[in-house]
Amino acid sequence: MNIIHKNYVSLVSMEKLAISDVTLSFGGLKALSNVSLEIQTGLITSIIGPNGAGKTSLLNCISGFYHPTSGEIYYGDHKLNKASPHQVSSLGIARAFQNIELFGGMTVLDNLMLARHQNLHYSLLHAAIYFGKASRVEAKNRQYVEEVIDFMELEPYRKHPVGNLSYGIQKRVEVARALTLAPQLLLLDEPMAGMNIEEKEDMVRFVIDIQKERNATVVLVEHDLGVVMDISDRINVLDFGELIGAGTPDEVLRIPKVVEAYIGED
Amino acid sequence: MKDKSQLLNYTIPQLLRWRVKETGAKVALREKDFGYWNNYTWNDFYDYVKKIALGLEKVGVKKGDKLALIGDNIPEMLFMAIGAQSIGAVSAGIYQTTLPDEIAQLINYMDVTAVFCDDQEQVDKLVEIRDRIPQVSKVIYEDPRGMRSYRSDDWFLFIEDLYALGEAARADHPGKYDELIDRGSPDDVCHFCLTSGTTGLSKASMMTHKNYINMGIQLTKVDNLENTDEYLSFLPFAWIGEQMNSFGVAMATGITINFPESVETSMEDLKEIGPHFMFGAPRIYETIRSQIWLKIDESYWLNRLVYEKFIKIGEKAARYRMSGEQMPASLRFAAWLGKTIVFDPLINQIGLRRLRRAYTGGAALGPELFTFYQAIGVNLKQIYGQTEIVGIAYMHRDGDVRPDTVGKPLPETECKISEQGEILSQSPSVCVGYYKMDDKSEELLEGGWLHSGDAGYLDDNGHLVVIDRLADVMHNSSDEMFSPMFLENKLKFSPYIKEAVIFGDKRDFVSALINIDPIVVGKWAEDRGISFTTYMDLSGRPEVVELIKAAVLDVNERAEKDHFKIKRFAVLYKLLDMDDGELTKTGKIRRKFVMEKYKDLYDALYDEGVSRKKVEAFIQYQDGQTKTVEAEMSFYTMEGDA
Repeated sequence: MNIIHKNYVSLVSMEKLAISDVTLSFGGLKALSNVSLEIQTGLITSIIGPNGAGKTSLLNCISGFYHPTSGEIYYGDHKLNKASPHQVSSLGIARAFQNIELFGGMTVLDNLMLARHQNLHYSLLHAAIYFGKASRVEAKNRQYVEEVIDFMELEPYRKHPVGNLSYGIQKRVEVARALTLAPQLLLLDEPMAGMNIEEKEDMVRFVIDIQKERNATVVLVEHDLGVVMDISDRINVLDFGELIGAGTPDEVLRIPKVVEAYIGED
Repeated sequence: MKDKSQLLNYTIPQLLRWRVKETGAKVALREKDFGYWNNYTWNDFYDYVKKIALGLEKVGVKKGDKLALIGDNIPEMLFMAIGAQSIGAVSAGIYQTTLPDEIAQLINYMDVTAVFCDDQEQVDKLVEIRDRIPQVSKVIYEDPRGMRSYRSDDWFLFIEDLYALGEAARADHPGKYDELIDRGSPDDVCHFCLTSGTTGLSKASMMTHKNYINMGIQLTKVDNLENTDEYLSFLPFAWIGEQMNSFGVAMATGITINFPESVETSMEDLKEIGPHFMFGAPRIYETIRSQIWLKIDESYWLNRLVYEKFIKIGEKAARYRMSGEQMPASLRFAAWLGKTIVFDPLINQIGLRRLRRAYTGGAALGPELFTFYQAIGVNLKQIYGQTEIVGIAYMHRDGDVRPDTVGKPLPETECKISEQGEILSQSPSVCVGYYKMDDKSEELLEGGWLHSGDAGYLDDNGHLVVIDRLADVMHNSSDEMFSPMFLENKLKFSPYIKEAVIFGDKRDFVSALINIDPIVVGKWAEDRGISFTTYMDLSGRPEVVELIKAAVLDVNERAEKDHFKIKRFAVLYKLLDMDDGELTKTGKIRRKFVMEKYKDLYDALYDEGVSRKKVEAFIQYQDGQTKTVEAEMSFYTMEGDA
């Protein structure tokens, strides 16, 4: 029975993410230099590049962990240059981290409930008596979290402490945590790193389902080129902080600089 | 208890209508979804069945058509089955683990024209074989997840749309459903139940309404059930063991059927439901016991000490209880103490605290396992029967549980042993034959008796003893008889042995191919600091082989006859698996297949000069990819006079 499913996918019109001329410097080191790209709504856009190319830095700029040294990041009409992570997330942008950022001693369910804390609108007093509003709000959030658990097929692990789960499952919980925010834009930082083939196939299916069934725009940073070529609508290639190519998977494969960065000069 | 024999005049849909009049507002079905148990009353149940029936009629399903059901257990499975039966169509369960090729064969054999799938996984299998099953006009699915690309194709139908069709049809003709089900007769064929296919492709036994209802009535004559009792539906729906409960027992008694959230969570859900009776293949009971042992092993020394002390007392008391003998007062007190301080809390942890009766069937269970369960306070009883007689025809009575027998016939069931030693039965639950296999049906029902194909005898107490499949009993080179299954079960009593295959037909001695239990042996190895990577690696560790050797030695020491002793064995590098065709869908060994597949290992077992041998292991992954790896296997000869 899928009664809850549809109602909960927010249908707020999605915004376009525009990054123009962004530079990020740490002292003399330029992590990103003059990067300009657009993330179109409703698509899966991948960002690829060798280690140290600036992929995670770019995600950090979007999600408010870093602020670009120069240039502009716009999400619709909202300028994100100086926005803090919680402001970014309240706009409907969520992120799953490369290194799993969960509370290992807490259960999957508690981690996911906690991730929805910005939707828990009740006072300390309400929380203390846990009656009326507080319990209503909690129940509503639990319902949403359960829908995400169903979506990510985490039912068997609901009450297991995250720290005891296998790496592949923890990665799935990490993505689920981001989904509990009902994101319109989801940033996935290497969701398939360190997984075996079967776990990767599962994750690929989840990413496609997130795009198609939850109507989310997905930005994917990933090293597995096979996966990226298979599921991306658009690909952006970074190398030493510079954007060296962009386009559909076929187009990107024909850019000499990209081939050089990936396969090396012959 | 009211006399229920009047129910024999009903079809399953009519029985549902009667049940709704009796206890319409009570909970009939419960399904865990989104972390929450959702209730369906008998009224709701009936309502859904009506909508399905009228909806199916709208999409062109007619009397006599066949509707296949593939998927995990969900309430909708029952709605579809009984909905189809309401219009006189025949439902047919196909195991959800069946691969596409076999599904195509089964669908064509059974002339299926519509299929119900629970989710995309099953629908995709049908897409793969679509051009081979042209007669199938509709594929109905329950979970819309991942079905977006199929929505425009009218070969597929979402169950909600089917409900809507049924709803509209009911608005047009309010009395239509009653008219439809009044046409049914209890002797109509309502369901095709696949036999386990131990020997070749499954056969479809044609079951009538009366077959199921009679079974439900006779079973509850022996072991009564209250309508407040709970049952957890975790067996595959295609198996007779599940249908007899959902079609027969549940509707005759009004118990609640609970559907787990997913197959992986069923053991957790068992804990939450705390069923009053359960039915399962021996494997389930073996798994639960392994878990208990594992947990005890990991526990504090004090817990272990108390457990070890009381399990011995419990087993002693269990032997008295099973035979119905009076126990000495001191033992009774010690057993009560053990129950109170150890076993009640223990079985509460697994969810078996409220259980009044647990049944095991489908394959033989080691006698030691009975004693174990009876010792911890779970009333485990053996049942025996075939798909063709709706699963249960013989069972233990309370206070008369004998581990080496399968009990006495149910009421209205007669038993006879043929001259060849074959078990024959007669009852109103015997099916009408196999679909499109007249010669096989004739063989099965020759002389009005159901031929089980099992060898057995009735003992002095009137209990039936099953030896083995008539065709499986083996003779060694000196023509002494032995049952491979009997020896395999003895080996499997070791927690370290998951599966064993015994050879020795027309040979000088008995030998065994053994599968270690990856979880228990893995834990054992971990505790001793033995490192390993894969199952193959673990199986080959010399320490592990020594461990297995000790288990074999133990079996040999307790062997009833000298020729039962296992002389040579080898530890197989992979687990026997259904997908590789080595086990049947119900987990029985396909001995002939295993022997042919591992022919070189078999030869090495009977060549006493061989102690090590390189073999090519062929592995098929679930996605169909195959790989060949080289493994070295060791062969061991047991010392002594074995």
